Amino acid sequence: MALKGLDIFKLSPKKNCKECGSPTCMAFSMKVAQGAVSIDACPYFSEEAKAAMSEATAPPMKTVKVGAGENEYALGGETVLFRHEKTYVSKTRYAVALCSCMDDAVVEEKLAAIPKVDYDRIGERMFVEMVYVNYAPESGADKYVELVKKAAGLNRVLILGVEDPEVAKAALAVCKDSKPVLNGATPANYEAMNAVAVENGVALGVMGANDDELFDTVAALEKLGNKNLLINANTASIKAAYATAVRFRRAAIKDNNRTCGYPSIVNVAKLAMGDAHMQAALASVFTMKYGSIVVMENIGYAEALPLYGMRQNVFTDPQKPMKVEPGIYQINGADENSICLTTVDFALTYFVVSGELERSGVPCNLIINDAGGLSVLTSWAAGKFSSSSIAKYFQEADIEGKIKCRKLCIPGKVAVLKGELEAKMPGWEIIVAPREAVQLVKFLKDMQ
Amino acid sequence: MPFTAKSGKFNASINTLTIGTGDKAITLGGENVLPFYTFDAPIENAPKVGIEITDGGLDAEPDCIKACYEGCTSVVDMAKKAAGFEGVDFLSLRLEGGDPNGLNKSTEELIAIVKEVAAAVDLPLVISGCKNVEKDAELLTKAAEALEGRNALILPAKEENYKTVGAAAGLAYKQVVGAESSVDINLAKQLNVLLTQLGVNPQSIAMNVGTASAGYGFEYVISTIDRVKAAALSQGDATLQMPIITPVASEVWGVKETMASEADMPEWGPVEERGIDMEIETAAADLVSGSNAVILRHPASVATISKMIKELV
Repeated sequence: MALKGLDIFKLSPKKNCKECGSPTCMAFSMKVAQGAVSIDACPYFSEEAKAAMSEATAPPMKTVKVGAGENEYALGGETVLFRHEKTYVSKTRYAVALCSCMDDAVVEEKLAAIPKVDYDRIGERMFVEMVYVNYAPESGADKYVELVKKAAGLNRVLILGVEDPEVAKAALAVCKDSKPVLNGATPANYEAMNAVAVENGVALGVMGANDDELFDTVAALEKLGNKNLLINANTASIKAAYATAVRFRRAAIKDNNRTCGYPSIVNVAKLAMGDAHMQAALASVFTMKYGSIVVMENIGYAEALPLYGMRQNVFTDPQKPMKVEPGIYQINGADENSICLTTVDFALTYFVVSGELERSGVPCNLIINDAGGLSVLTSWAAGKFSSSSIAKYFQEADIEGKIKCRKLCIPGKVAVLKGELEAKMPGWEIIVAPREAVQLVKFLKDMQ
Repeated sequence: MPFTAKSGKFNASINTLTIGTGDKAITLGGENVLPFYTFDAPIENAPKVGIEITDGGLDAEPDCIKACYEGCTSVVDMAKKAAGFEGVDFLSLRLEGGDPNGLNKSTEELIAIVKEVAAAVDLPLVISGCKNVEKDAELLTKAAEALEGRNALILPAKEENYKTVGAAAGLAYKQVVGAESSVDINLAKQLNVLLTQLGVNPQSIAMNVGTASAGYGFEYVISTIDRVKAAALSQGDATLQMPIITPVASEVWGVKETMASEADMPEWGPVEERGIDMEIETAAADLVSGSNAVILRHPASVATISKMIKELV
């Protein structure tokens, strides 16, 4: 049951000391009621008052941290079911699956393939962040521990898929400092697994044959005092997995059912074993609908390029536009004599324009200045994409020293800037390009 | 204590819309829950998957898709072959050659192709224009006339040409009108209202509320579809209850990830796999957002997405 701001205010110290970062205790109480800040931000709340309230004021979904150091990731902590309602806060993370049942050659191949996908897209490093290491009992514990050691060498977050508490202990002994996920609490073993997870300070993944079992097991673990948990989407069928992912997230956020409010693991490698295309489809489905970790058999560039691009889109803050860095982008092998074009730094504009420029095959320099991450007309209207801002950037970045060509194309939508630019940038020929990016190919070809 | 989930069933539902005639006709929409939320209520009609060919025939296809149509020498051959691929529910013929800034084929030439294709296949048809609003007005009017009796979907009627396209497709020749707007719920609603005021039956409208490739502003597409479905279902907004059809093919095969050759980007691997995965991942996200149909290009993408839909429904 959620507390109202006034209920919290009654219990607050009423000192208005501002130490929590809010101007008054009243303001702080209101923020706590909305779930915007934690009650712990106030140093003066009495322990009793805190205990009474922490349960009621906790955000509907837990944030669980996994991994250590530069590989630490926060999972969960979402407050909305749709990105337009506010924003999603914790990105879906992707894992590649290894199993102790695999031949050494296959393991080596996979270990070599995992680091291959590693690139930058609009300032974000895209790579396989996690490795799922599954234990097949017939392989024996020793082989499993060896595999865990090898996987740990990749320096990614490990997810240990193991349901035997003794094997789990042995595996954690070699990797617990990297804060892996221990994924293997079932209705049958949860007490023993809980002890192992707590002792090693790692998050525990919970599974059940159906959603009732899963729910009951999570509830039982909560009773034991462990809230550092993840839930596994059902692996019986794709339909069942989707049902767990959606129903638990919805129950947590919409119906405030805290027992459902944990990040999820969706093992699409298991759901569509051997079918790489289906796994690609499902990775996309569960990035959209509530997977915190998605496990696949393989992630190569073919799967990764659309998947990471989509994740970057889905998890952007709707209130903050995506921007590209200002600079000279050389396209189609452009050099200092190639024609120049300019547009805004809004990532979508940049991608559409640079895509069309590439399609034209004409070497050109795309020069981007800081236009506030807005579209052409919006940023022009806001005065952020003007003759002064363009001329100033050209001077600051010493474009004239870097590029010999003196032809600059401006977007057709801001044709009005032509005169002003010619006045402010003597020596440059200002050319008005088409209004729409799709017309650029013809425009550039005709110009040649 | 078992897990008790509240149902997310709504009182309103998406319109049902039939495209095509006879045994092969498809029905879109009808659901009163969010996409694939079968645990709330059964999904009335599973989303459908279409395959796209263009008037340019094989010449207009990337090499990897050419290989799928081996032995075909004309657009009609391709249409026949496409109709037989696994998982294909409908055929989309895009008349991109009509673009005055491109090949600028004449309306007569294109309509002749439309007629030949229509005669060769009995699948439900979607006819898409060339993205030039003036040319589309003329082209799609003629296409609607040529396909009278086929109950085809004519795409797109846009804000600029809805009067011509809407009147021809929706009023004169009783086809299904595809209303296209650009990733904005208000624009989508406005166009539906305008078409309805023109006299088009709301039950004969499908929407394309915008499309993009994964990674290229795709968040706008998702959020628009999410919001349209929320308005249609939870607020019962009858002007947004039309089923959504999302053309994926025309977007995904034109981005860097699917066009850069393996020679240029050796670490990226074969173009074909990149294209298929881009198509699959984009379409899957469109569908879980709420599209009632997607249009794809590669037979392997069609097969996978069709299988995924069957698994989820």
